[in-house]
Amino acid sequence: MQISFTLNGRPTTVDVEPATLVAELLREQLHLTGTHIGCDTSQCGACVVHLDGLPVKSCTLLAPALDGATLLTIEGLQGTSGSNQLHPMQEAFREHHGLQCGFCTPGMLMTAVALATEKPDLTEADVRHGLEGNICRCTGYQNIVVSVMAGAAAMNAAKGE
Amino acid sequence: MKLFAYHQPDQIPDAAKLLTSIEDSKLVAGGMTLIPTLKQRLASPVALVDLSKLGNLKGITDDGATITIGAMTPHAVVAASKLVQSKIPGLAALASMIGDPAVRRRGTIGGSVANNDPAADYPAGVLGLGAGIVTSTREIAADKFFLGLFETALEPSEIITAIRFPVPLKAGYAKFKAPASRYALVGVFVAKFADGVRLAVTGAGSGVFRVPPMEAALSQNFDPSAIAAIKIDTDGLTSDIHAEADYRAHLVTIMAKRAVDAALS
Repeated sequence: MQISFTLNGRPTTVDVEPATLVAELLREQLHLTGTHIGCDTSQCGACVVHLDGLPVKSCTLLAPALDGATLLTIEGLQGTSGSNQLHPMQEAFREHHGLQCGFCTPGMLMTAVALATEKPDLTEADVRHGLEGNICRCTGYQNIVVSVMAGAAAMNAAKGE
Repeated sequence: MKLFAYHQPDQIPDAAKLLTSIEDSKLVAGGMTLIPTLKQRLASPVALVDLSKLGNLKGITDDGATITIGAMTPHAVVAASKLVQSKIPGLAALASMIGDPAVRRRGTIGGSVANNDPAADYPAGVLGLGAGIVTSTREIAADKFFLGLFETALEPSEIITAIRFPVPLKAGYAKFKAPASRYALVGVFVAKFADGVRLAVTGAGSGVFRVPPMEAALSQNFDPSAIAAIKIDTDGLTSDIHAEADYRAHLVTIMAKRAVDAALS
């Protein structure tokens, strides 16, 4: 079937089998490999993307769900002044060592950006609860939580400018 | 995943017709259970009938003595609904405990109830509140709907359109979750109405069930102490890698007390 959607701001039309998962479509057909497949059982959250602004697990989403929708992947995150700049949340993860091996990071970032957008006055408890569906096997989460808090503050500051 | 045809009808009768005319076809709502099942090849339907384009299946309405939740309403919407939070806070709390945030954005109440997973949360809320399951053809009382392991009273072409919940005086849910899957190892929903108390247990057996001795005790005295000494028979309870039947039986009493506490708070 043919589906049309907006991918990271660009109109996109693809031919897909309805049995294609969005994570597969992104990685194998569209060669956007920033979205990772970790557990492939909708538990780890490495594959989180934003579907119409809401973070969902792309390994458990069939491609037909994209038709007419707006999709944002990790490749679509960018800083306030352009695509060659890190997003404030990415900058915060770098600054605060919010990653070690980095495999879970794309999903962490997508969930974190959505959390900060949804609730600008995030508390640490909100962050820990909000990251429940994102698993990291390196960091013990401490620096991830610190990064998300800092990233959320940076996003707020950028909004205020 | 095996290949399948994909249909996106925009009318309920069309969806029902597709479901009956295509052998081995399946409905897909949010897909949070079905897609993992397809990926593991535990099911390989020849066609999926997607309910997302049907109108009027999303949203929550206040009918006074009841509130009605459209079948395609995601868990996150129920959890965040001011209406549900004010009228049945225990149900909003239940919805907020399902899976994780991303799963709650896609998973739907109709899908959860139709699937009747023995460890799912919603069946406890639906049975505990004595809700009505509104379908394309009729309304089914919760007490007649859940028939055990993944089985319901739904006919093959019948589609859930909404769940109608009576508004209780008080209600609460408590869940001991399996940490990896976040399903209920044991979950208990309790609801106090003017004419008595209902209490439903999920996760402990092959399907959701009520506990009449606890209901009777709580009808006399709606306090955790009223049920502290009531033990559950381990006959028919699940024993698996996560917990033995006697541990689950123990947890039923603990979770029931916590659910009453939650209802009172």
